[in-house]
Amino acid sequence: MSYPANFKYTKDHEWLKITGSVGVIGITDHAQHQLGDVVFVELPEVGRKYEKGDVYGVVESVKAVVDCYMPVAGTIVKVNSALESQADLINSDPHGNGWMIEVELADLSEMQELMDSVAYEKYLAENAD
Amino acid sequence: MSELKKTALYSEHVRLGGKIVPFAGYEMPVQFTSIRQEHEAVRNHVGIFDVSHMGEILFAGKDALKNVDHLVSNHIAKIKPFRVVYSGLLYPNGTFVDDVLVYRIRDDEFLFCVNASNVDKDFAWMKQNVSGDLRCENVSDRYTQIAIQGPDAGKVLQPLTRTDLNAIAYYRFQMGQVAGIDALISRTGYTGEYGFELYFAPEHAIRVFQAVMESGAPFGITPAGLGCRDTLRLEAGMALYGNDIDDQHTALEANLGWVVKLEKDEFIGKAALVEQQTSGLKRHLVGFEMIDRGIPRHGYAILANGTPIGDVTSGTMSITLNKAIGMGYVASGFEAPGTIIQIQIRDNRVAARVVPLPFYSRTR
Repeated sequence: MSYPANFKYTKDHEWLKITGSVGVIGITDHAQHQLGDVVFVELPEVGRKYEKGDVYGVVESVKAVVDCYMPVAGTIVKVNSALESQADLINSDPHGNGWMIEVELADLSEMQELMDSVAYEKYLAENAD
Repeated sequence: MSELKKTALYSEHVRLGGKIVPFAGYEMPVQFTSIRQEHEAVRNHVGIFDVSHMGEILFAGKDALKNVDHLVSNHIAKIKPFRVVYSGLLYPNGTFVDDVLVYRIRDDEFLFCVNASNVDKDFAWMKQNVSGDLRCENVSDRYTQIAIQGPDAGKVLQPLTRTDLNAIAYYRFQMGQVAGIDALISRTGYTGEYGFELYFAPEHAIRVFQAVMESGAPFGITPAGLGCRDTLRLEAGMALYGNDIDDQHTALEANLGWVVKLEKDEFIGKAALVEQQTSGLKRHLVGFEMIDRGIPRHGYAILANGTPIGDVTSGTMSITLNKAIGMGYVASGFEAPGTIIQIQIRDNRVAARVVPLPFYSRTR
């Protein structure tokens, strides 16, 4: 799967797609592939504020439990409640219908610190298992 | 950390795209395609597992029977050759050194199948506790072990052997040949499904494995990893050493009273278990299913009315039943099916219900 050029990425394998001051966040195709069959997703409450790097949610596969980290600081404006009944959307469409949260960014300049798709793919290649 | 060992089938795992992880000192495949796909293949058709990491210990000689009977909690003297017995290998306090399968090969010859992570500990414990005229040998390196599990296991295996597989009842075995190779053919498994486990010399591992894969192709045989082995055994309510049973909980607490024969004259751990039986158990291993959303995991606290009453020992999302299930120890008084408990999952206390084990049993 290719990594969309209009997304930003973190070393924790989160992606962020920004429109104005609102960002949609999910986990990358690489992350879902490492996890395997996703069976459970825990999402935050709308209205909750997070700092960059805070744990905002949890994704569980059959074997593993992983925390999801905020790529930027912000306030939750929407969560993907479809994941409660269809957690495997994260496997089938990680960069689309498997999105996790929508966030009002606290500081748009934090975007500068994230990787673009080229940098992320290079990061993956350099850190291949 | 010592070098990880490879089973004789390592190259097959790599060739078939297995995701290799360290497990009990071996490089083992955790999955090939996905845990879900492999789990479903075993439940509905057939899967093949390399379980060569498991250990084998041989007891032979005039006093072999006496010593095996002394070491394990289940009846050995009463069983005939070609039968298998699941048993506890217990400490004097009734907790587990390991859980084992004992194969009675001949009147005076027994083969233990033990957990990979416990081979050295078990062997040392056995040597320390045997006496008389017998040979007690760690023969783990002399065996490849593969498990063929699933409703189609017999159809896959029968064309490769002259041994009549239908004549082998559950927990019995035969010495025969598979794909022309001498093998112990055992009607056992760790999946809760119909199936066989084969023990044979490692130099023939790839030949036998490929023969089974070829014979299984029309049935959609799937190489299966340790990931689905764990989800399958948990659905079947089978204990895993290191999770559900250990050297902290007794065999009675572990709900394994059926492998403890207190009427036996003597075995290591008997006195403590008789005492515990008389005074009453303080905790019990139970199965439970989640009522509210959440997946229980090893080590999570179990509560009742806000008070801690125990710990989760195993948990997963059951692929067959499509609900979250677990096992754990609870204080006496909370073990009855139907009892409502809570599991502490991160910041939340999530409701669960004690249920009878197993969670899944195959339709016969």
